[in-house]
Amino acid sequence: MPAPFRDWFARRGWVPRPHQIALLEKARENRSALLIAPTGAGKTLAGFLPSLADLATRPPAGKAGRGPHTLYISPLKALAVDIARNLEAPVAEIGLKIAIETRTGDTPAHKRQRQKLKPPDILLTTPEQLALLLSNSDAGRFFADLRTVIFDELHALVTAKRGDLLALGLARLRKLAPDLRVVGLSATVSEPDDLRAWLMLQPDEGERRLADLVTVAGGAKPEVSILDTEERLPWAGHSAVHAMGEIYAAIKANRMVLVFVNTRSQAERIFQELWRINEDVLPIALHHGSLDVGQRRRVETAMAAGSLRCVVCTSTLDLGIDWGDVDLVVNIGAPKGASRLAQRIGRANHRMDEPSRAILVPANRFEVMECTVALEANTIGAQDTPRLKTGSLDVLAQHVLGMACSAPFSPDDLHAEIGSAAPYHALTREAFDRVVEFVATGGYALKSYERFAKIRRGQDGLFRITHPSVAQQYRLNVGTIVEAPLLKVRFASRKRGGPVGMGGRVLGEVEEYFVETLAPGDTFLFAGLVVRFEGIRDNDAVVSRTIDEAPKVPAYAGGKFPLSTYLAAGVRGLLADEGSWARLPDQVSDWLRLQKRASVLPKRDELLVETFPRGNRFYMVAYPFEGRLAHQTLGMLLTRRLERARLRPMGFVASDYALAVWGLGDMGAAFAKGKPTVSDLFDQDMLGDDLDAWLAESHLLKRTFRACALISGLIERRHPGKEKTGRQVTISTDLIYDVLRSHEPDHILLQATWADAATGLLDVRRLSDMLGRVQGHILHKPLDRISPLAVPVMLDIGKEPVGGEASEDILRENADDLVREAMGELQAEAKAGETLS
Amino acid sequence: MHGTIAPSHERAPDPFAACTVASVPLALLAEGALWWAEERTLVVADLHLEKGSAFAARGQMLPPYDTIATLKRLAALVARMKPERVIALGDSFHDMRGSGRMSATDHGALATLTRAAEWIWIAGNHDPEPPKDLGGRAMQELTIGPIIFRHEPRPGTAPGEIAGHLHPSARIVGRGRSIRRRCFASDGRRLVMPAFGALAGGLNVLDEAFRPLFSGRAFHAFMLGESVHPVAGRRLVGG
Repeated sequence: MPAPFRDWFARRGWVPRPHQIALLEKARENRSALLIAPTGAGKTLAGFLPSLADLATRPPAGKAGRGPHTLYISPLKALAVDIARNLEAPVAEIGLKIAIETRTGDTPAHKRQRQKLKPPDILLTTPEQLALLLSNSDAGRFFADLRTVIFDELHALVTAKRGDLLALGLARLRKLAPDLRVVGLSATVSEPDDLRAWLMLQPDEGERRLADLVTVAGGAKPEVSILDTEERLPWAGHSAVHAMGEIYAAIKANRMVLVFVNTRSQAERIFQELWRINEDVLPIALHHGSLDVGQRRRVETAMAAGSLRCVVCTSTLDLGIDWGDVDLVVNIGAPKGASRLAQRIGRANHRMDEPSRAILVPANRFEVMECTVALEANTIGAQDTPRLKTGSLDVLAQHVLGMACSAPFSPDDLHAEIGSAAPYHALTREAFDRVVEFVATGGYALKSYERFAKIRRGQDGLFRITHPSVAQQYRLNVGTIVEAPLLKVRFASRKRGGPVGMGGRVLGEVEEYFVETLAPGDTFLFAGLVVRFEGIRDNDAVVSRTIDEAPKVPAYAGGKFPLSTYLAAGVRGLLADEGSWARLPDQVSDWLRLQKRASVLPKRDELLVETFPRGNRFYMVAYPFEGRLAHQTLGMLLTRRLERARLRPMGFVASDYALAVWGLGDMGAAFAKGKPTVSDLFDQDMLGDDLDAWLAESHLLKRTFRACALISGLIERRHPGKEKTGRQVTISTDLIYDVLRSHEPDHILLQATWADAATGLLDVRRLSDMLGRVQGHILHKPLDRISPLAVPVMLDIGKEPVGGEASEDILRENADDLVREAMGELQAEAKAGETLS
Repeated sequence: MHGTIAPSHERAPDPFAACTVASVPLALLAEGALWWAEERTLVVADLHLEKGSAFAARGQMLPPYDTIATLKRLAALVARMKPERVIALGDSFHDMRGSGRMSATDHGALATLTRAAEWIWIAGNHDPEPPKDLGGRAMQELTIGPIIFRHEPRPGTAPGEIAGHLHPSARIVGRGRSIRRRCFASDGRRLVMPAFGALAGGLNVLDEAFRPLFSGRAFHAFMLGESVHPVAGRRLVGG
């Protein structure tokens, strides 16, 4: 370490940490590295130290100027800004002359222009801005002096399409600056080698090339407990209202508490419940991604200033921004993943040598089991972060156009470059060529758009854009984050007695998909208030105040994240092993014992399927523990099959743990007669034709297609001079989907949609794994009444949207019997006519 | 005398809904077309042929199959209903150069269709001068008995107007789900037809644009599905 740096550490009374030294050494050997460290380990400074040291001794630039020395990429704009601020202190104190600047979507155009002409030494930016810089025709000159790239929160970046775009950007950076050194900073993950490979240029053949690994052992063991409630544990639901008194007591007993929940609506509910009992008027705030930005910033500022006692928040506060001293984390509901839990716990106490403290508050009995498993995983440091994804073709299409905007490209060279990025290592030349075709003319079998091509191959064999406007369009539409279309939630300015008007205060934004399920007059929670939905005006969901205390539309119960396979396996194991129930609260173990007496408990690898009559209907409850998304898909497929077996299914409800299907036919009796057998019903072949047929109609697939169409550039989000919001994409992607599917079902964009659906909203891959696993291990238990284990999912009926009901039925319900009316009228007229004549 | 309001054919009746406009009985077909049995007249609105290629010319490569998809559905209807007259109610082409971009096959298929019946191209705002080389007769408006056919509905006109242009769609909410469909909109005095084109989008019937046409919500949206579902205006949801 250079002397001025050593002195600086000494002046602060600090000793450089081993991993900070290790990264300096890696830099001296010009080796790329992945640093895995828990929150609070001084990860970011470790990443920047080598660059600061190098820049300290770099001779001043010549007249021609110089490009940036170090590029820092973070998933959040706010994080880039935060880091820039944190770097300024050491740079000033060591007495370095280093220019550090951020470049994000918020950076004003004149500053961006100036940055291009006179780049800073260290540029902090986001994946989208990197893609934009790389699509410039002077990208080669701009990045010629680049020595280091630092990827922060790499574990969060690589699991999404943004990671694909970034991997492609990195491949291009390596081409422009071949000696580039790459540093990844990450929280603990299950497969560090995936990230190490992601950082490196992958060879055509042979073993994966891996970056060096530097690991920081965890600090003090966190103190985590599960709330052992005095109250009665709910059977179902996600609100944890039973535990509010105990949570409030914890807030009172601590200085600053973060209450994590899984969804926006859960946050709203908890916030409302806490204030209901907030006798001491403690400063308790609410923070989630749908709130108005101004309101969020106020909460963050108050938090950093230490003037709040509690913030109820969603994962928007998950990532490593330092908002101040949190001394307790309360996680409400199930954590859904062991690694997610570890990261949330890490938010408490940003000093490594003191233990983080956290309380898990399960909201129902199944969640108690999930929390128990997650807690044990946390103790042994088990991780269940998702594996690295295969690069998406829609992102590739966007990148190919970006590269064409930058400079004419040879398909051979670009294919080789793209294949050097880990996510695209397996990309075949054929697939690449199809993507290039897609970019040029849409890639249709019917080649009628040649004359409109966006890129075209010249005599020299190079592809180039056909018109400068193509580059302009590309720049307006870069990026892979396709927000669900959002509507502003706005108060109506109701004039006395008049119609609902515009112009009231904006409370925040909410997904259009949520608003679509509301009818005028429905009440729901938003921004800490119960509001009444009045209707949609332009891009606003207009609401009014209401005196109702209980919202009519229940909180959307499930979280965004399905239960991880690791936790699912743990819960199945816990259920099967009676000896381990001692770890559960009495209320829960008693419940399991009851289940054992009344029905049966499945072994670890068994799938339990119970059937029983109730009211005038027949029910089937299955317990796959594969997460809500996979269960929803399973529910759709099972109801189709039951329909064919004439068992007249009427609907289903899916939770993270179980699935209940009901109908007019006796499913238990049918299984007993083998019409069909239960194993036929759950046979893997349902993933064939049934899945195809259902998917064709599924709005989830259409939603997935919309994202692919936007990212790939088939549809523009924004057109020069015409700024469109999410709601007003120029043309309905549903219609495009229908036309494409019936005329060219193997089109590359439909392939990309399928690939996304397998892991995304439909979780087909996980369903397929489960169906394979349980073959021959399906345990059918016919019962004459509901079992204890079935109670939670049965209670969800009526609270959760019911799947499996045909749109036609809903349409029919709403329709008037006009045919009869019309006929009746005509007959009456005809009679009248007869009388007259 | 009244003709039958049901489409005439041997098989079981196809899905449709009955309605009257200015006391003329009409069948609204699930395909989004109108059948006037008494006149053996089939009416389709807003075909927007060659919309895909219009977008492609501006750099958005929509599937080039919209024309063929629309024509196939139209041809099937013509074959089934055997109309003596077909009225294309305007915006048959997405733009004035649309017919020029048509593939030879599609051009041929359309020309065959227009010979199968008395074919009338009503002028639309996208295609004020319908194509000359495809057969059929171009008209601004057409009056048959108490019914007047025109592209853009005119507020306050006398009963009997059948128009297109607005691409009506309707939305209902039920059981936690939202269903949006193209629809006919009618109060018995006038009828606005849904767009027939494969890539023609929809506009909610509760939008401002419909307000001058109907009195409040005193109209029905005939929503297209496997059948045609007449839903009262008061049951509809905006957005």
